[in-house]
Amino acid sequence: MKLFQNLFDATRPAVTTGKLKGLYPLHNALETMFFVPNHNAHSGAHVRDAIDMKRTMITVIFALVPALLFGMFNAGYQHYKALGLLVEGDLLAQFFTVSNFLFGALRILPMITVTYIAGLSIEIYFAYRNKHAVNEGFLVSGILIPLIMPIDIPLWMVAVSTAFAVLFGKEVFGGTGMNVLNPALTARAFAFFAYPTYMSGDKIWINTTAEQGAQLVDGYSGATALGQLATTGQTSYSAWDAFWGFVPGSIGETSTFAILLGAGFLIYTGVGSWKIMLSTVLGGLAMGLVFNGVADSMEPGAMQSYMSLPFYQHLMFGGFAFGAVFMATDPVSAAHTERGKWIYGFLVGVLSILIRVFNPAYPEGVMLAILLMNVFAPLIDHYVVEANISKRLKRLKLQQS
Amino acid sequence: MSQATQTEPKEALFSKKNVKLLSDPLNGSNPVTVQVLGICSSLAITVKLEPAIVMGVSVLVVTAFSNLITSMMRNFIPNRIRIIVQLVVVAALVIVVDQILKAYVYDVSKQLSVFVGLIITNCILMGRIEAFALANTPWKSFLDGIGNGAGYAAVLIIVAFFRELLGSGQLYGYQVVPESWYLHNGGWYSNNGMMLLPPMALIVLAVLIWVQRAKFRQLIED
Repeated sequence: MKLFQNLFDATRPAVTTGKLKGLYPLHNALETMFFVPNHNAHSGAHVRDAIDMKRTMITVIFALVPALLFGMFNAGYQHYKALGLLVEGDLLAQFFTVSNFLFGALRILPMITVTYIAGLSIEIYFAYRNKHAVNEGFLVSGILIPLIMPIDIPLWMVAVSTAFAVLFGKEVFGGTGMNVLNPALTARAFAFFAYPTYMSGDKIWINTTAEQGAQLVDGYSGATALGQLATTGQTSYSAWDAFWGFVPGSIGETSTFAILLGAGFLIYTGVGSWKIMLSTVLGGLAMGLVFNGVADSMEPGAMQSYMSLPFYQHLMFGGFAFGAVFMATDPVSAAHTERGKWIYGFLVGVLSILIRVFNPAYPEGVMLAILLMNVFAPLIDHYVVEANISKRLKRLKLQQS
Repeated sequence: MSQATQTEPKEALFSKKNVKLLSDPLNGSNPVTVQVLGICSSLAITVKLEPAIVMGVSVLVVTAFSNLITSMMRNFIPNRIRIIVQLVVVAALVIVVDQILKAYVYDVSKQLSVFVGLIITNCILMGRIEAFALANTPWKSFLDGIGNGAGYAAVLIIVAFFRELLGSGQLYGYQVVPESWYLHNGGWYSNNGMMLLPPMALIVLAVLIWVQRAKFRQLIED
């Protein structure tokens, strides 16, 4: 560390007073990444706490690690399974192999790198232009974006979507903390509508690059569980497979179990709002129950059998868990008032399942539901605050009379 | 007597003031990016360059001549029914343009469909007639109409240029992006399908406004 310390100390004069003044945000961002920032509050009373934005963000990244690692294993597992190259043994022995991990890592790490380069270069440019320090907000978005992309998406599409999300989802509103929409979901929504053939369908969730001496196994289907459900109302994957995550899907979303580990960590550290997570789950369950209830009166068909899918299974398929834990809880774009969080989360859950079941063109409703509720979050907050004000006014009048 | 000496000297046809009438709407008081008029049609018909150009020219013709005709009649129009008179003038011109389009460029006319008829409701027209033609001489009003029509057409063409290039890889219907670049032909490129959807027109227009205001900072409102 001494080496870095010397390096930062040596270059500091140049960027604070010297010729390279414009590069100060970059210098500052890198320095605070390596060392504890030695900023002190100069006046007034302050809450003394070890938490700052960088620590919050890094906590979320730690919470994402299980899903990320699982996604790497799963990418390789799905690939070798499709080609019939799995080793002998039970599921765990087939799943946690070095070759699976390497296969996934070799595709996912470049995606993460590309995301960071595309997003951070825009962030640093705006920090330089508006003369403020680089914000840490993108640290999490940079991991989240690859985790919600399919494994086969070309890297430049990831870069374009990231650039769009950072520019139009965040910087035009004033940077980190000012955004209306969740940047990571903005990137996914952009990719989804701009490059639909590479973001949906049944060809893209499993990498089927040919390997020597192997070809696709008989009866291979690349459709996700939700894709199957939307077209036929049935899925070939069991709920347990979906819970543990041995199914095709976006990189980080498949394993509900790995996401739950992250959720536990977020709730334990207090970084993620348990109210939003819980209310989202409750909303999803409620909508699932409603569908279960009315399924019997529907005419038979794909829609009917989709609606009679046991309500709790909705939580395991697709990106519901990932969205509820990592996307809906985004502290900037979610509702801020405590009661607002319950309403916001519940509606996210309800809308996710509603879109998922009723619109087969969007098998994954979670993304659209969260983006929609992001837009409504300030309205919810407004009315919660107004309700509180009028309640207290009423109490005041009672006291006076 | 003394009044005759006070009449202003005759202004040249293209005096500095008159040229400003033409050039101002192209930038500083652009009807779309600065005054934010006529947004709806510029979102709807900018998927490809050809309809955008035809639409731009149509609006230019209508604004120019409606300004001219209204300005010629401005001293005879009773103030209380002026909107009806203006509408009659504009509607007549729009019908003429519509018929010409149907006669000579039928395919484009079909693409533009209802939007040619809706030129009548284009805010730029009524705005210019009310704000300019009713108070100025015919020649000046004519120039103002051409300027504003051209400002509208310019924005349309810029937006359509980017939408067609990025959305379908073509310009004016000709393939610009080489076919071999496309992923389905073994390349690496893919068209941006979102460019074909109306929301992206809004974003392209927003970028245009952003670039313009970043360059001419006096346009930024508080």
